[in-house]
Amino acid sequence: MTGFFNRLFPHPILTLILTIVWTILQNDVSAGMVVFGLILGTIIPLITAAWWPDRPRGVRLGKFVIYTVIVFWDIVIANIEVAWIVLTRPNAKLRAQWIVVPLDLRHPEAITILAGTVTLTPGTVSSDLSSEGHSLLVHALDAENPDEVRDQIKSRYEARLMEIFS
Amino acid sequence: MNTELIADYATAALLIIGAIFALVAAIGLLRFNDPMKRMHAPTKIGTIGVGALLGASVVNANTANDGSFHELLIMAFLFVTAPISAHFIAKVNLHKRDCDTPPPPRQDETWATLQAPDDDPKDKAAQTS
Repeated sequence: MTGFFNRLFPHPILTLILTIVWTILQNDVSAGMVVFGLILGTIIPLITAAWWPDRPRGVRLGKFVIYTVIVFWDIVIANIEVAWIVLTRPNAKLRAQWIVVPLDLRHPEAITILAGTVTLTPGTVSSDLSSEGHSLLVHALDAENPDEVRDQIKSRYEARLMEIFS
Repeated sequence: MNTELIADYATAALLIIGAIFALVAAIGLLRFNDPMKRMHAPTKIGTIGVGALLGASVVNANTANDGSFHELLIMAFLFVTAPISAHFIAKVNLHKRDCDTPPPPRQDETWATLQAPDDDPKDKAAQTS
């Protein structure tokens, strides 16, 4: 039974996302539209499964929701902080610098999410990956102590992503 | 105070917040002095500026019984794409050596953008012939 389920829904989360996106696009939460969204959400992952062989399995949705909430909150705080820096800090006093973040994550999808999170949160933009993908290069707009920023990224975001993509 | 009035005030407040953040993003883009710093302002503040404007749109449309949640999708796609464009701008800066050279990574040889391409035997054959 589970084997049949796995074959019919090779990527259940993608199915869920496609259904929700379709329903919002139609702007109409009627049974017909949800069913059609489910049909699309079943067919598209089935067709594209062959092109995504190493997809992450066992993603923990509950933890991912908590992660999203934390990131949203951080984005709001980050924006106010950066806006304050833009308006008050002269160029000469900005301590812009590179920060190297060694990565424990190995899933490409997880690293992508981490890089996106880093870009959207306080004063940091992820700029490059090392040639073998073991480190992330982050540019900080105004960092007093680069080690502190690095440790914050590792403990606040990477540790949670490790749990989600375990 | 009826709900319509509250919704009007909420819409106005969200519009003003969004406009202020967009303005700050533009100021940041103009006033920083090197490309890497410039990138910070629009990628971050721009997203919340647009987010607040879209929030105003949601509140306004839903009080007029013309509810629409397309804004949620716009916001979701914006949050997915903004970091990627920032990443590519950063990569171009690194590639053109427009910024300070970053410190080397710990485990690997170098950063992906700075890595010299492997010698392609076809190129060599083309040069010698």
